[in-house]
Amino acid sequence: MYFSTDTATTPIPKIPEGDLKDKWSNFKTHARLVSPNNRKNYRILVVGTGLSGASAAASLAELGYQVTTFCFQDSPRRAHSVAAQGGVNAMKNYKNDGDSVFRMFYDTLKGGDFRSREANVYRLAECSASLIDQAVAQGVPFAREYSGYLSNRSFGGVQVSRTFYARGQTGQQLLLGAYQAMMRQVHLGRVTCYSRHEMLDLVTENGVAKGILVRNLDTGEISRHAAHAVVLATGGFGKIYYLSTLAMGCNGSAIWRAHKKGAWASCPSWTQIHPTCLPQSGNHQSKLTLMSESLRNDGRIWTPRVKNEDRKPLDIPEEDRDYYLERRYPSFGNLAPRDIASRAAKERIDSGHGVGPLKNAVFLDFKDAIANQGKETIVKKYGNLFSMYEKITGINAYEQPMMISPAAHFSMGGLWVDYELSSSISGLYVIGEANFSDHGANRLGANSLLQACVDGYYILPQTLPHYLAQLVKSEKPETNTPAFEESENKVRKQLSELCQINGSKTVDHFHRELGKILYDKCGLSRTEKGLTAAIEAIRSLRQEFYQNLKIPPNENGINEELEKAGRVADYLEIGELMCIDALSRQESCGAHFREEFQTPDGEAKRNDREYAFISCWKPGNPNPVLIKEPLHFEFTEPTERSYK
Amino acid sequence: MKFKLKIWRQESTSAKGKLVDYEVKDISADTSFLEMLDQLNETLILRGENPVSFDYDCREGICGQCCLFINGRAHGPLDQTSTCQLHMRSFKDGQTIYVEPFRASAFPIKKDLRIDRQALDKIIASGGYISVSTGQAPEANQTRISSEEVESAFDAASCIGCGACVASCKNGSAALFTAAKISHLFQLPQGKIEHKKRTQNMVKAMDQLGFGACSNTGACEVECPQGISIRHIALMNKEYWK
Repeated sequence: MYFSTDTATTPIPKIPEGDLKDKWSNFKTHARLVSPNNRKNYRILVVGTGLSGASAAASLAELGYQVTTFCFQDSPRRAHSVAAQGGVNAMKNYKNDGDSVFRMFYDTLKGGDFRSREANVYRLAECSASLIDQAVAQGVPFAREYSGYLSNRSFGGVQVSRTFYARGQTGQQLLLGAYQAMMRQVHLGRVTCYSRHEMLDLVTENGVAKGILVRNLDTGEISRHAAHAVVLATGGFGKIYYLSTLAMGCNGSAIWRAHKKGAWASCPSWTQIHPTCLPQSGNHQSKLTLMSESLRNDGRIWTPRVKNEDRKPLDIPEEDRDYYLERRYPSFGNLAPRDIASRAAKERIDSGHGVGPLKNAVFLDFKDAIANQGKETIVKKYGNLFSMYEKITGINAYEQPMMISPAAHFSMGGLWVDYELSSSISGLYVIGEANFSDHGANRLGANSLLQACVDGYYILPQTLPHYLAQLVKSEKPETNTPAFEESENKVRKQLSELCQINGSKTVDHFHRELGKILYDKCGLSRTEKGLTAAIEAIRSLRQEFYQNLKIPPNENGINEELEKAGRVADYLEIGELMCIDALSRQESCGAHFREEFQTPDGEAKRNDREYAFISCWKPGNPNPVLIKEPLHFEFTEPTERSYK
Repeated sequence: MKFKLKIWRQESTSAKGKLVDYEVKDISADTSFLEMLDQLNETLILRGENPVSFDYDCREGICGQCCLFINGRAHGPLDQTSTCQLHMRSFKDGQTIYVEPFRASAFPIKKDLRIDRQALDKIIASGGYISVSTGQAPEANQTRISSEEVESAFDAASCIGCGACVASCKNGSAALFTAAKISHLFQLPQGKIEHKKRTQNMVKAMDQLGFGACSNTGACEVECPQGISIRHIALMNKEYWK
């Protein structure tokens, strides 16, 4: 047995009273407030400056709080939200196509395979419209119709057009909006930004978050920061698979170190494997580039009908092509949700229908779209994506189909938070991709930018003051305490231990090995046997890591290998918990596909009777402890998730 | 493929740097330039030498963190391509490649090929925004903006903040970077109200941070990975002197 279960503890999600549509306003009506002239006395640390971190930092500073931010990049503007391409969902119903807050809520809840809280998801949909207003006011150049009104497109898993977009650079433009709003507060003296600083520990006293330890990546200097509250906005940890769509520096260390201090981790194994990425072409690759899901609006996905086809794609006639998504999911077709599209691609590839030099891809074909709409229209819609594709592969996708393949992309799992976005540690809040909240077991396309923004602009600025207002006013944040001392000693010891191993293998070697184990055994499909083997393999890899790692031994100054070693050391622990999490959930739901639990036609088979809960993991010795937060569906009825 | 590399090595900001020779072998043509350096570093680490320090993060051409001066050009030989999107198929087998940091007096070298670009953040902090706080925004469709206006603003807004414009300029000017933000916000109706003050403040900040003056050579436009036009500099200058 790899874990134990604690049935005595029941997590309290703090969902407000009332009808679904009244819950958020009920919370706001009754929340405690901090008066404007007192706000400057409260210090808040925000770790991570992507969309959720920057929007939270800006919004809290606008209210008058003293905010300090940290990011490991050399500028806050480079956080990985910048790379989101396709769009952001919002319920405006500008298309008059039947959209409503309830429909958006239901699409998201169903998209997540009924493994998230109704109240959280409803609030996400409810706040979505304001975000578009805010972004436009900041100068985000969303696409417009010729009339000057905002334009929309459609994304996977929905039957309306509610996605707003800024060419293929929506994440960049939204992030710049939030970054600029934050820099305005820097100019006003309410936000202090530290770039190239990485959080190495959360400091707690009597179970309350008191501050963090950070390392200056340019000098190696370690510093203490104390505050009234700590906000983790550190993004996802999909880079654990080594090959992923994430930036090289994305990591799980901040949330993992907070977890080790007691913050529960929820459903860490629920990882979105994105269906439209560039395939792996050899062993030299450091990442797999994402091609926006928006391409599936006009591109048709197919594989050759026969196995081991050796004709060139243009020589394969229509009757020998299998448009398998259109065949299997006629009502959603190429816009089936990501988990389903990825699994369908894997099924084709595994059954010998894959294409490309390594037979590990499927075609995404714009032939019909170009014939129907003209090349000019396709250039306007996706020009930058086509040119990116050509830069990387050397292939002109206007003339022959793109080749795409699934790759690790988004962490639905993360630190557990309640309705107020508070972790299980008082004073520690977790926002954006770093938390587990709205997406359940599968995130719908264009909902990640939305969730990051809604958490940062609209939710945290209401819920955090509710916490701050009840703190004892005379208590000032203080770094000269035994808890900070202990934490600093621990962090310094960890760093010097990593430097002293002096083995014979690089950090990347261990990261690649871990990635392979996880992708094979805890990726698109999972089995009890595979997961058990993975846990054992990760344990021995971890042992080897601490015996045989080689990095340059300097703790001071720039040492990228030491940074990476710390992150991989954490990944080696997170990976094990992911496998244990996947092993403990004996059902399939969303992106979590256990081969033992599937319907006769190969779809995920949920088990609502036994598994309608959020898994909350508490660190334990020797094994992690599972706590269950039951999910109650008061306003919807979980149904079999069908996109046929 | 194999390559001879001449890489700038410099221990710290104050240390003296020099070009050091390296050789890499068995590199596939599909390898990106940064992945080629990863492979070099892997060899150096195993030999007990210090790996080459360089900036990168997203490796998909959008975060703007990668910044290498390759064979005398910012981001290397291809137009409108950031370093991370450059692949070894763009070089000849056996070629000698010079790899240097982006150089400008406002971008101190931290180590090897890593530079400090915080001056760009400071320019934005001085006024590169629309002063709207969360919650103040009116309904989005109330402001109609023509598709052409938005697209033209977008051309400026697409800046990734890499600093290639500064590194390519003989004067080390940040005129293109600054003008792109001024022009992005000026071209949208929401951004017009603060425009005058924004332009004054950002130009002043740019001058104070040690960037040189623009003398219209156009080198920045040629090397910009996003292909941002120097017409934005003309707009900035016109509005500044108004």
